Amino acid sequence: MPVTPMNNRKLIWSEGKVVPVVSIILFIVIIWYGFSVVLNAPWEYDKAKRSSITLSKVELISNTWSQKRPKLPTPHQVTKEIWDTTVNKKVTSKRSLVYHGLITFYETIYGFVFGTCLGILLAIGIVYNRATAMSVMPWIITSQTIPILAIAPMIVVALGSAGFSGLMPIAIISMYLSFFPVVVGMVKGLKSPDQLEIDQMKTWSASKFQVLHKLRAPRSMPYFFTSLKLGMAASLVGAIVGELPSGGGGGLGFRMLSGSTFGNTLHIWSGLFSAAILAGTLIAIIGVIQKIVLKRMSLEM
Amino acid sequence: MTQSNVISVSDLDLTFETNDGPVHALRNVNLEINKGDFVSFIGPSGCGKTTLLRVLADLDEPTGGIVTVNGVSPREARESRSYGYVFQAAGLYPWRTIAANVKLPLEIMGYTKTEQAERVKKVLDLVELSGFEKKFPWQLSGGMQQRVSIARALAFDADILFMDEPFGALDEIVRDHLNEQLLKLWDSTNKTICFVTHSIPEAVYLSTKIVVMSPRPGRIIDVIDSNLPSERPLEIRDSKEFIEISQRVREGLRAGHTDE
Repeated sequence: MPVTPMNNRKLIWSEGKVVPVVSIILFIVIIWYGFSVVLNAPWEYDKAKRSSITLSKVELISNTWSQKRPKLPTPHQVTKEIWDTTVNKKVTSKRSLVYHGLITFYETIYGFVFGTCLGILLAIGIVYNRATAMSVMPWIITSQTIPILAIAPMIVVALGSAGFSGLMPIAIISMYLSFFPVVVGMVKGLKSPDQLEIDQMKTWSASKFQVLHKLRAPRSMPYFFTSLKLGMAASLVGAIVGELPSGGGGGLGFRMLSGSTFGNTLHIWSGLFSAAILAGTLIAIIGVIQKIVLKRMSLEM
Repeated sequence: MTQSNVISVSDLDLTFETNDGPVHALRNVNLEINKGDFVSFIGPSGCGKTTLLRVLADLDEPTGGIVTVNGVSPREARESRSYGYVFQAAGLYPWRTIAANVKLPLEIMGYTKTEQAERVKKVLDLVELSGFEKKFPWQLSGGMQQRVSIARALAFDADILFMDEPFGALDEIVRDHLNEQLLKLWDSTNKTICFVTHSIPEAVYLSTKIVVMSPRPGRIIDVIDSNLPSERPLEIRDSKEFIEISQRVREGLRAGHTDE
């Protein structure tokens, strides 16, 4: 427990994260507004030419920042679009970002849970059985070298003809991406007990399952949570990629795709930011659970 | 005390194959240990004293010779849980309380819940740590942690206790105190204890039998039967007998070194 919270806050402000984070955001926003002008200006020049008027610098800038269909929407336009499509729309409306966000959320969670379970099972197999390690590991690595965009349509088609449609194929694609960081992290975590702890278990003639249950699993917890964070991010990417070939349904990926098809950049950017906010929130939740669990286990690193 | 034989080692050899050629960790080791003995293994690092203990506990496999523990092979002895092993580090699990740490081997061996609780209480009493059940390892000093690890090794009533420099990392005052406690404990439980150390006073103070070892190859130089009384206050270290035994150990160690 810090003795003087005021001192602590001062410390964070001066040399902590706040100043660097805020200045980076400011920097990005400024650059962004700059590019909005540059990318949207040609259309304004065209329009002005057609109606034979000349634009002042101020007019040009204010016009490029308020186009209906800009090439690059400005941050305030994206913010307004997100606000309009979340707060001002019914959740059940297909125009609501919450509606699409929820679809992506469920796909992500299913993919994440499947991927985590698969990853843990594979990791246990690899740690306990040399033959499994030798035979499975190359396939696991190969699986991640195949572009997900290439096989996503095949998974959708194959599962669709087997009678699975909607959420399930997308969850499978999401799992395909998310199991990998879990395997890698958990193999390392399950192998993290030191020689003394393994010897100790041997002197008690503990069974393999007891060593796993009482020693390897609890010892792997720090690695487990790191894997979960990576797996969650991968799940979300998988869900969004999976929505692209599924056509129909909905979801943030679908929203971005339709925005791209109809040249509506605001839909693309608002979908993109919603996905980022969703990922950030989910990972932050894991981070909080990680803090609490590891503290209770006295395993803080 | 019955003179029944608990541990018997004959012509033991252990060679590790390394990239720089074979290393003779132990060569031609012969030893008999009787029930109720307190045996210390002493020698410079690399003399194979820890390796010898690990062979007895079936943690390392010998390349030659015959070893029996309780009349059976080390593996069978380990599988019938006939010894407790105290390592150099306490090796307590940070996520378990002190009581839960002591309980760990009991859980593994399938004792009932009530029996687990009784035994945990009994052995924590024995190492004078009653009242610390709900504390976590990080809340205890190094000496206390090592006492917990001893309690854990005693919890399942094995009649042999292997101890590999259990007090090596502790300061001398704590070590003296723990040595005294360990002697009392040995006296009241009648266990056979094999104790690895590199401290001459510790070995002489604790043991009924001192095994002096020497490196390259690891071998036994001298086996000294101590005639010190079983009642040993710390002051006994100033007595004539104590100093004589210490001198003989020192001579053994020196002889081992001039062989190089």
